[in-house]
Amino acid sequence: MSPAGVGGARVRIEGVHKAFALDGRSTPALVDINLEVQAGELLCLLGPSGCGKSTLLNIVAGFLPPTRGRVLVDATPITGPGPERGVVFQEYVLFPWLTVAQNVEFGPRLAGVEAARCREIAARYLDMVGLREHATKFPVQLSGGMKQRVAIARALANNPSIVLMDEPFGALDAQTREVMQEELSRIQRVEHKTIVFVTHSIREAVYLADRLVVLTSAPGRIKEMFTIKLGEARDRFAPEFTRYESEITRVVKEEVAKVRE
Amino acid sequence: MIRAAALAGALLAWALVAYGNLALEVMNPVLLPTPGEVGALAAVQIRDGSLAHHLTVSALRIVEGFGLAAAAALALGLLVAVSTPARLALEPVIEFVRPIPPLAFLPMFLVWFGLGETSKVAFIAYTTFFPMFVGTGASLLRVDVMLLRAAASLGASRRDLLRRVVLPAALPGIVVALRLGFGLAIFVIVGAEFMGADAGLGNLIMEGRVFFNPAQIVMGALLLGALGSLVNALLLMTERRVLRGRALP
Repeated sequence: MSPAGVGGARVRIEGVHKAFALDGRSTPALVDINLEVQAGELLCLLGPSGCGKSTLLNIVAGFLPPTRGRVLVDATPITGPGPERGVVFQEYVLFPWLTVAQNVEFGPRLAGVEAARCREIAARYLDMVGLREHATKFPVQLSGGMKQRVAIARALANNPSIVLMDEPFGALDAQTREVMQEELSRIQRVEHKTIVFVTHSIREAVYLADRLVVLTSAPGRIKEMFTIKLGEARDRFAPEFTRYESEITRVVKEEVAKVRE
Repeated sequence: MIRAAALAGALLAWALVAYGNLALEVMNPVLLPTPGEVGALAAVQIRDGSLAHHLTVSALRIVEGFGLAAAAALALGLLVAVSTPARLALEPVIEFVRPIPPLAFLPMFLVWFGLGETSKVAFIAYTTFFPMFVGTGASLLRVDVMLLRAAASLGASRRDLLRRVVLPAALPGIVVALRLGFGLAIFVIVGAEFMGADAGLGNLIMEGRVFFNPAQIVMGALLLGALGSLVNALLLMTERRVLRGRALP
């Protein structure tokens, strides 16, 4: 396992291919993906729906094996899910039988951290996402935005070096979504995790990403890579922001058009 | 409040029909016992202790039979959930035996286990096992794969997954299966006690039939109803405690 703590690990995706069996035929979903995510970098995966960006994330998470190729965390090839790679899902996937605090403590408890220390950790991360006073509630009593904050706190409380986020704000309304983006970017300035963030929102990607990878329509290949040089606190209405947005929109649209043909 | 009123209403309706029949003699009044007659009979049997005896004997058989079946259903349900070969081997056998009405086997239980307690307990265990096994097995197998992924990415081992995810996630389904099993136990105790029993509520009812005492039959039936709803209330209470957080309070 890579060293935990503040700061991330490097992720290397080497020659990853993924094919699914569809009606008895092997259908490619990802073709020859080579990608390196630097320690502490926030990388966004962007592409039309069905392009395989979530599949790629699931491979990095260890939920799916690649058909060919491999994924390395620092120098170690992954063989399955692991606590050094935290995952935040679009549908939150909290444990409904546990309270908010117990959800956040889940990882540390599995790791054998003593109970008092677990409570401290949970309190700290619930503070970070602004949910301390909801610690004893159950997930069913929370709104979508609050559930996703719990899910983020749960992932971070386990102190992973990498956080994989699969359209985490996709199910939220537009206002909540922007608030969550701001919170994530604030948290990232403290935690410096390596984050792979899947989204189909160009605006979201430009707001969050250090680097941004556009995938082609299915089967997914890397189409183009952008480095977003916008600094830390980003203004969605700044002219440079809009310039990135329109340039990336043009690139993504080419792929969306292909799906239509 | 509404519950109490509804129960009182049902009692009142019975009283109206029975006492009305007593006055008008639509049918022979002996065939339709009144609440008074049943109450008087119950008072006699409470005083001589026979009612308590019948109740305890039945309750003990139900608890033992149900307990055995629940333990077996949980154990085999877990086995089927964690081992695909076990599932493939067990399923066809159980699905073949399951649809056979258990009452068809009741005479065999008497032959195999004798006239004593063993045959009754075994029969209740046999009958209640199937729905509880199917229910627990299905709940354990149908745990959302996303919950397993979430736990695995937080560092859960296979053992952790079973203990901390699969079991709690399946618990609502397991509780329902146990409630169904218990309801069935009360259902079949009568059948088990019809044949070769010297005590129990089923025996009480059978005795009422043999000695032509409709009041005793009605009393036995009412006691079974009371026992069933009492236990169901207890199970619902446990369910609410165990499943807090699953629904809005």
